[in-house]
Amino acid sequence: MTTTLTKPRPQKTAPRERGHRPGATARRRNWLGGLAGWLWLAVVVVPLYWILITSLKARSDYYASNPLAPPTDPTLDNYELVFESDFISYFWNSVVVTAGAVVPAVAVSFMAAYAIVRGWRMRFLRVANGMFLMGLAIPLQATAIPVYLIIIKLQLYDSLLALILPSIAFAIPLSVLILANFIRDVPKELFDSMRVDGATEWGTLWRLAAPLTRPAILTVTIFNALTIWNGFLLPLILTQSPSQRTLPLALWTFQGEYGVNVPALLAAVVLTTLPLIILYAFGRRQLLSGLTAGFSR
Amino acid sequence: MSALTSSTGREGRRSILPWLAVPALLFFVGFAVVPLVGVFVLSFTTWDGIGTIHLSGLTSWRAVLTNPGLPHALWVTFLVMAVSWAVQTPASILLGTFLAGRQRYRAVLSLIYFVPLLLSSAAIAVAYRALLDPNFGLGAGLGFEWLSKDWLGRPWLAFGVVVFVVSWQFVPFHSLIYQGGVQQIPQSLYEAAQLDGAGQVRQFFSITLPQLKYTIITSSTLMVIGSLTFFDLIFVLTEGGPGDATRVLALDMYKRGFQADLMGPASAIAVILVLMGLAIALLLRRLGGRDAGESQLEGV
Repeated sequence: MTTTLTKPRPQKTAPRERGHRPGATARRRNWLGGLAGWLWLAVVVVPLYWILITSLKARSDYYASNPLAPPTDPTLDNYELVFESDFISYFWNSVVVTAGAVVPAVAVSFMAAYAIVRGWRMRFLRVANGMFLMGLAIPLQATAIPVYLIIIKLQLYDSLLALILPSIAFAIPLSVLILANFIRDVPKELFDSMRVDGATEWGTLWRLAAPLTRPAILTVTIFNALTIWNGFLLPLILTQSPSQRTLPLALWTFQGEYGVNVPALLAAVVLTTLPLIILYAFGRRQLLSGLTAGFSR
Repeated sequence: MSALTSSTGREGRRSILPWLAVPALLFFVGFAVVPLVGVFVLSFTTWDGIGTIHLSGLTSWRAVLTNPGLPHALWVTFLVMAVSWAVQTPASILLGTFLAGRQRYRAVLSLIYFVPLLLSSAAIAVAYRALLDPNFGLGAGLGFEWLSKDWLGRPWLAFGVVVFVVSWQFVPFHSLIYQGGVQQIPQSLYEAAQLDGAGQVRQFFSITLPQLKYTIITSSTLMVIGSLTFFDLIFVLTEGGPGDATRVLALDMYKRGFQADLMGPASAIAVILVLMGLAIALLLRRLGGRDAGESQLEGV
């Protein structure tokens, strides 16, 4: 199973690595690691379990019962309350922002990554690559104030587009880096034979490079979707009205509105995470490789 | 733009390659590079966030640099960075080596470990605020005296909570990185060590740890630079409090800029944040000979 976690990047592991053998460490006993492993399981599971069961408790039950005991009388009232609080509208906003930012971000990043790999000889592209790399070292949150100013000047303040545009920009550096790494692994002969066949760079990009790097494209897509879905700062500074609110921001305002109604608050936490949990259940491999996004070297 | 047409391929044909990079560049320049320059410019202005922007020389910088809040925010930022690194790194290495094993139950465990990564920082902070409630939270319910403290009401406790929650959120991520790193260590090294009679502890310190050098640098770079941006978690969890005990730089920037309407000084703080990020990236790069970004490009 562990091998499946590394598998989504098959091209990456093979020849250049230093004699990599999957599961090479399997036979070594590691007591300390084992202890840490089970301890960490408890650290992770207890809060998650508590969030789930509490979200199913009636308010009275929450105050009266042991916090770790399952609800005596499970109820979905809290979920109902969350749905009545415009949850659907916030959910939809999150979907629009995430889809609206991820698709163009991955598309432009892929094109740029292709250009950087294929045109490494050109100074312009090396400079572009250097700029993207610099973007990795800089905490982009530090640009919040000028981004806010630009959005005001574009008269986009308090709109979903205001969230989409900077999200695309912030997603580009890492996306280009990862995609370029994968495009680089496409055998040069394939590019050459495409050219002999008279294919343009544009055609080669979509008909050769894209299909061959599909796992990487999926990985980058999922990573960006997760980041943008969970984004908080941009919605906080670039929107104002409830109609433009995305889920993480909605959670925060929920906390202010019915802060004492903890079960309802936790039902909201569960609901905002649910899409990602479902994604996790179906696309576990891609999601995990997406999360580490090519950093396991 | 002359670069676009002058630098043609080896074959001398005009290439569309540079144009393919243009859309990404436009977005990146427009919403990352221009703001980066802009934040520097804005730090020399006075602006309340709504009205007109006035150039005001060093006024903002003077205000920021003489404000006792700055050294404090710097100190808190540094502490969060250092302590969360010191907590997360050993834990991640330990869990990473553990997860690198092939046993099936470990794969199941790793599936569970990663769930916190799916939650937004806002969701995590909201949940922990309720969980740590001294009256109705976990501690009170379980009857554990030591667990039912006023976690978010005392400066050092709140600081500890921030570090703990950060670790809860990110240790899985770094464990995954270390898992990949450990799995790439050639098995022959361990076999040789075993023949030489080296014990497990010895093997860990003489083989695993040195072999993980670049993984450690990559993971640390991500941790340290990431720690400059723990804005949302701290904002929802403690709002920088109690008092300003957990007011890190990013939060300081937000509060001065968007709450106190002092965009000039807030921009000055943002500049400090940028410089810190660059300095740390360069430092770590010197330390390891390469940084997270370039490690990806080496061996091309």
